Amino acid sequence: MDKPLTERIDACGGLVDMAAFEAAEGYATARRAVTEMTPQEIQEIVKEANLRGRGGAGFPTGVKWGFVPKDEHAGAGHKYLVCNADEMEPGTFKDRYLMEYDPHMLIEGMIIGAFAIQADKAYVFLRGEYHESYRLLNNAIAEAKAKGYLGEGIFGSSFDLELAVHRSAGRYICGEETALLNALEGKRAQPRTKPPFPPASGAWGRPTIVNNVETLCNVPAILQNGAEWFQDLGLGEDAGTKIYGVSGRVNNPGLWELPMGTTIREIIEQHAGGMQDGYELRGILPGGASTEFLIEEHFDLPMEYGTIQAAGSRMGTGTMILMDDSICPVDMSRNLQHFFAQESCGFCTPCREGLPWLEQLLLDIEEGRGQPGDLELLETNASLIGAPGNTFCLHATGAIEPLASALKYFREDFEAHIRDGRCPQAGH
Amino acid sequence: MAIITVDGQTFDVQEGHNLLQACLTHKLDLPYFCWHPAMGSVGACRQCAVIQYQDEDDERGRLVMACMTLAVDGTRISIEAGQAKEFRASVIEWLMENHPHDCPVCEEGGECHLQDMTVMTGHTTRRYRGQKRTFRNQYLGPFIGHEMNRCITCFRCVRYYHDYAGGDDLQAFGSRTRMFFGRESDGVLENEFAGNLVEVCPTGVFTDKPFSQTYTRKWDLQSAPSICPGCAVGCNTLPGARYGLLKRVHNRYHSDVNGYFLCDRGRFGSHFVNADARIRRAGVRAEDGVFEEIAIEDASVRLSEVLGQGDVIGIGSPRASLEANFALKSLVGEDNFVAGVADNENRLNELMVSIYRESGAHIPTLTDVEAADAVLVLGEDVLNTAPRVALALRQSVRNLSLEMATNAGIPEWQDAGVRGHAQDALNPLFIASIAPTRIDDIAADTLHGTPDVLAEAGFAIAHQIDSAFVAVELFNDVNNFVDAAVKALSEAKRPLIVSGTGCGSAALMQAAANIAWALKGRGGEAALLLTGQEANSTGVTLLGADLDLGSALRKLSTGDVKNVIVLENDLYRRAPAASVDAALDKADNVIVLDVLETPTIERATMVLPAAAYAESTGTFVNYEGRAQRFYQVFEADGATRPAWRYLTDAAKLAGRNDLRWDHVDEVVRACAGTDNLKGIQDVAPTADYRGRANLRIPRETHRASGRTAMHAHLNVHEPKTTVDEETPFSYSMEGLNGDQPGSLIPYVWSPGWNSNQSIFKFQQEVAGSLQGGEVGVRLLDVSANGTGLQNRFRDPPETDSGSTTADGMRLLPLYSIFGSDELSGFSPPIIERSSGPQLVLNPGEAHQLGLTVGGGVKSPGLGSFEVCVSSEMPRGYAGIVLGMRGSINVLPQDAVELMPDPSLKPKRPLDVIARGH
Repeated sequence: MDKPLTERIDACGGLVDMAAFEAAEGYATARRAVTEMTPQEIQEIVKEANLRGRGGAGFPTGVKWGFVPKDEHAGAGHKYLVCNADEMEPGTFKDRYLMEYDPHMLIEGMIIGAFAIQADKAYVFLRGEYHESYRLLNNAIAEAKAKGYLGEGIFGSSFDLELAVHRSAGRYICGEETALLNALEGKRAQPRTKPPFPPASGAWGRPTIVNNVETLCNVPAILQNGAEWFQDLGLGEDAGTKIYGVSGRVNNPGLWELPMGTTIREIIEQHAGGMQDGYELRGILPGGASTEFLIEEHFDLPMEYGTIQAAGSRMGTGTMILMDDSICPVDMSRNLQHFFAQESCGFCTPCREGLPWLEQLLLDIEEGRGQPGDLELLETNASLIGAPGNTFCLHATGAIEPLASALKYFREDFEAHIRDGRCPQAGH
Repeated sequence: MAIITVDGQTFDVQEGHNLLQACLTHKLDLPYFCWHPAMGSVGACRQCAVIQYQDEDDERGRLVMACMTLAVDGTRISIEAGQAKEFRASVIEWLMENHPHDCPVCEEGGECHLQDMTVMTGHTTRRYRGQKRTFRNQYLGPFIGHEMNRCITCFRCVRYYHDYAGGDDLQAFGSRTRMFFGRESDGVLENEFAGNLVEVCPTGVFTDKPFSQTYTRKWDLQSAPSICPGCAVGCNTLPGARYGLLKRVHNRYHSDVNGYFLCDRGRFGSHFVNADARIRRAGVRAEDGVFEEIAIEDASVRLSEVLGQGDVIGIGSPRASLEANFALKSLVGEDNFVAGVADNENRLNELMVSIYRESGAHIPTLTDVEAADAVLVLGEDVLNTAPRVALALRQSVRNLSLEMATNAGIPEWQDAGVRGHAQDALNPLFIASIAPTRIDDIAADTLHGTPDVLAEAGFAIAHQIDSAFVAVELFNDVNNFVDAAVKALSEAKRPLIVSGTGCGSAALMQAAANIAWALKGRGGEAALLLTGQEANSTGVTLLGADLDLGSALRKLSTGDVKNVIVLENDLYRRAPAASVDAALDKADNVIVLDVLETPTIERATMVLPAAAYAESTGTFVNYEGRAQRFYQVFEADGATRPAWRYLTDAAKLAGRNDLRWDHVDEVVRACAGTDNLKGIQDVAPTADYRGRANLRIPRETHRASGRTAMHAHLNVHEPKTTVDEETPFSYSMEGLNGDQPGSLIPYVWSPGWNSNQSIFKFQQEVAGSLQGGEVGVRLLDVSANGTGLQNRFRDPPETDSGSTTADGMRLLPLYSIFGSDELSGFSPPIIERSSGPQLVLNPGEAHQLGLTVGGGVKSPGLGSFEVCVSSEMPRGYAGIVLGMRGSINVLPQDAVELMPDPSLKPKRPLDVIARGH
């Protein structure tokens, strides 16, 4: 088994329903975890497997689970497991794929995760537009409930778990885990200060773990096959598989579950089928809109957390956006800033006021109204807005990553716009 | 203590403070917006950025927000580092993208925190080339103006209004650069403390509407320290005046009383000072019944002549200064002096003072109220009678949240963290009241009933805490409330009992005292807050009066005494109209010294124009027995003078040697001869106080353009300023406002800090005591050894049958923050905000009586009221909102008959009027 996430989907050729899921040993691992294992054991295995968060930050999942306080007195209150399924990162659609084709896999992962942190309440915080996921997840939850896999005393144990799907009202910032928790509580979706971190004080002030869909989906297979197996799946330093995706002018855009550490070039050329005729690749955003551009010199690097970071970017969600030579880097930067400015929650000044200014400067440059000094203005503002800690959360930092790297790698394009008073690719 | 280094200088700072608190405590100029000393940090504006270095070798450091960073021992930071300065200037540049350049026409100009911070950070040149975003503003009622285009999205308004003051009709809407702070739709801001938005907003989004209508720059306002005349709390205020008009009232910081906030009655009620109904000249009633103006000097002569005609009854007032009351008492003699309070209320005031004196219980300041961890409010509707107490109670219930956060390692100042962690965890607050109150939302439990029922519950609570206290038999539906309150109070470390004279019930106050004593007797602490109804209720009670009002009126109506002097009082608010009429009909001379044209003026034979509180200097004693001095802010138009001066002038003319006082200091000194009032001499320095370089304290800022500009269109000569013989203040910008005692701060200003935020420059530490010492002297603090057990009240109240009698309904007292108070009832914005006279009864009974909600109801001799219903009103009773102008203030003892009054047109709600705009 080398594709723990998508093997069942491939075998079914579509939606993995309860029957198919159980036929493929689905829920057996959850049953074993809840009835035969201790939470501590599960945490240890996940830690040992070196499962890292697939939402983008890559934080070790088992370590995160370990932050949940264990020795609380009885009646202290609920603990929560929240699945971050708010997938709003531009170019990213991997979680949707998993939820729409194998919803039970996520539920099984959540049962194990909840048991591992002794959470009695779990939520899937779902992107508002994912109507199909919402329908399928709710169906699957109802099926699991009917079978006694969710609810009171699941699998005949004394462990209770309620699972509900909460649909987001639709803001990019809800993907930030503390803004997500505020939104879940019915408050303004703006991030919270850390500390306190959610494992200590999260939803409704109680210990809460927020994990990405893909992360949780990995958990059953890890328990089933062992930590060593999972580590061996990865080609390099990171363990497991990763759902990589490509969007852009390639012959075969899509997503594929591949060993962690597959090179960028292999993903683009072998799996995505290479560039369409007449288009040349200039750069990629490796893990969504909020990651730095990588260019030709980086394409032989393996897509894994440490390597991509060392190259000056982030693996992020692992679903890359390609910029070919028909796309003006200034315009693409403007488009990205438009998105980030629009999605700012409005809480802190640099993000709320700074990003629209950057967007406006980029629009001026793109439309031929750029002035000498604008690039310096962009750079100064970008560094003031983008430095982690200067803003309240990392939204603006993410917004600046593609811009700062575009200014670095495609500076000539920016300069030409200002010098010539027009976009060289205008009308393209 | 922790030691931190800021730009190479070391400072001792308080452990647990954040770096912004630490820097401001040491008076360092570090810009900020969203942090507020009373509301803590959220880290939204990013303005207070500094560079923090990891250790001695770290030369680069990293940018942190001072307000979000704990000041631990050894912290090394720089405010001046280039990177920090650049970032702070950028924050202003970002804010200025959308902030309009309307400073010249903005009400905030000249006291705008945003202006100050802009100048301080050095951002000057606009580089943003885009358009500014615009919003549609809202109608928010008669108090607050709204100009959203100016908003810098610091979130202070919602954090204050919603989180701190408990209002739910002002919210943050939208996101990104389109954040909107306002109501869901146009309408009056409902919260009773909305006015503080004016001072909380760092720029001109929320402005003082009445002030805007007759606008003056802060630097042109003449101001002096004052005390709010609106209720018994004694909030410290800063009224500002110009052109002989009181323009506005701002908060004057007091760490133990009002802190940073006032109620809306206090802020907007003072416009009575400018009311058309002000008495500006002396007059005598001619044969034809019409007043004829006379000179002040002639009035004094006439007054002195009356003094020669035998006994004169002097009726004092709980809204007049201690000095005026004392002068009157001295003039007419102890036997003829009346406190000027309704007889029942007078007995309750005396009971309040005697409980305090004999009590081992602590008389809490509002800071103490905020620190309470379990509270029982017994009867008093503090939101409507002593409003600022209610705002303090809202903070007290959050102590549990703060404790939970502290246990979780979240600093108290980390406001969003505390609220996120503790959610809505509240300490127990129990409210027993006649009708539902506007703070019931934070109560663990409420009990509604007649004052007798509430008193019984109170006695039962005391008995359950300590069986040595008298037992009462209870109805079942009260038991749960009693049990829960007993448990919470017994378990509390800092329990607080709140009651007062508002319900007109001695039993209630006795029950409150018994509970406090019982708690104290268990060896714990207990605080007991009893409040009177007016600014100087405690003062006149401590002054003492041998004669009660009823007896005084009888002496007049029987002709035993022929003359009466009424000091700043409307007798129709104090006694039934019939007995007042009977008394005044018989009197030869009815001499009224007052500020406003009250119904009593209609019956006066001579009227003398008294200076309003902002036009005179005197002393009020608040609910905690704290004597505080208010100072003359401005010289009023017309012939008005402080009331005590008429009395002493007349005494001199009459050849009396015992009232030879020429200055308020002399009256104070003489008044301090009264046993209860010894401490009032220490309330504030005398008029000869001079600060550094032998300078007076200026009432005007050094930018004031008044002296040369105000009358320039009439006369280019610079008018001579009045030399103030009465106070250490000057009527000009000459002098020094800096290091004087805390009681003498006429305005807050510091170089670079033109807004009220400059208060930190006057504090020992942020949100701490004033550098010049706290304001006021507590007169009632006694070192009681006893627990109160020996003083306990042994007689439970007699149970009221509570059933509807054949002859009608019994009446219960209710209050309204907007309207129940006499003086603020003359203030136009308060009039606009208040309803008319209202009567509240059970919906079932309203139906039986043929009354419709919003319609009229009348009762013979009492007048007409708008019908309101509450299912919590006990059957057989109707509540009347007391004190509304044109209504009654003294309830008849007997049941009354109620009938529909179709002719009454109740005042329409304000937001309905507004929709016409």
